[in-house]
Amino acid sequence: MEASASASVRLRRFVNSMHELSIAVSIVELAEEESAQRGNAHINAVYLKLGVLAGVVKDALLSSWELACEGSSVAGARLVVEEIPATVYCPVCLGPRSLPSTQWFACSECGNPVSQVLQGRELEVAALEIQE
Amino acid sequence: MSSQPRLVEVRKNVLKQNDLVARELRQRFHEAGVCVVSLVSSPGAGKTALLEKTLALLKPDFRVAALVGDLATENDAARLARAQVPVKQITTGTLCHLEAAMVRDALENWIPDRLDLLFVENVGNLVCPSSYDLGEDLRLVLLSVTEGEDKPLKYPTIFNTADAAIVTKMDLAAAVEFDASLAECNIQRMRPGMPILKVSAKTGDGINVWLNYLAQVRSEKLNKS
Repeated sequence: MEASASASVRLRRFVNSMHELSIAVSIVELAEEESAQRGNAHINAVYLKLGVLAGVVKDALLSSWELACEGSSVAGARLVVEEIPATVYCPVCLGPRSLPSTQWFACSECGNPVSQVLQGRELEVAALEIQE
Repeated sequence: MSSQPRLVEVRKNVLKQNDLVARELRQRFHEAGVCVVSLVSSPGAGKTALLEKTLALLKPDFRVAALVGDLATENDAARLARAQVPVKQITTGTLCHLEAAMVRDALENWIPDRLDLLFVENVGNLVCPSSYDLGEDLRLVLLSVTEGEDKPLKYPTIFNTADAAIVTKMDLAAAVEFDASLAECNIQRMRPGMPILKVSAKTGDGINVWLNYLAQVRSEKLNKS
């Protein structure tokens, strides 16, 4: 499908991914740091936890990955993204609940407005697959 | 690379470097008794117009200054300097947001000795700034009436991570048939309980409420110290 996308569609995708590209560069920097601390271990894969409320689009991040890695010691490594759903604390149900959507901060059970996010903001390198 | 691949746990925040600098900044601001307010919005929502008015009106009673982020020009800084308060431009080049280190660097050899309020105007963008803590006490998101009531639904993260919302250009509300209650409802959906202020920098409508709100935020901060 990639090959059939018109230039304007591809360009738009790139422009829309500027945010993700800068995030991808930060991931590369973190991975390089970790590799250096382990005797410049070769990195096969980077495992990322990405909360749905982090404001980072998974697909855009994945398509920025190769470009962000270019010329770094992480080049060629896979980026494996685990999406973390939103969990909030509902002050009425007195427990962890989900959201009806990422555009609606309410308890999916009782509908009460919620503001305490327990999970879903993650933007975290969870692990690296390395080879010494 | 003869060995078998193995998995090592890292568990580190991707933006930890920024968060670290932001924490240092917050500590510095806290010690200096400066209340720091950042403004984010889409391009053209009226951040500079609101700040221009705000700086001029606060100047008699408070020591104020502003840092302003812009991709390429110094137009905004020149506009703000008209209020005759210290203003410094941060040109971000191609970067679509401010980062804590840019604020720190801009403050080198610049920050006036004593300051009550420092405003930080981010680059016009509703996506990128949401991930970067700048060490501010208050993050404001601006929404102009010409952008439509559903902006908060399109950019949930920035509205959810802001502390207060300002609806700007209220003088144009009738002309664009702006539905204020729908906009407020959408903002509340993103962040229940968020304070919402409606202003017009042009006519001055709502500006007193806004200035009182700022003074209140500042005194709450000082009382916490």
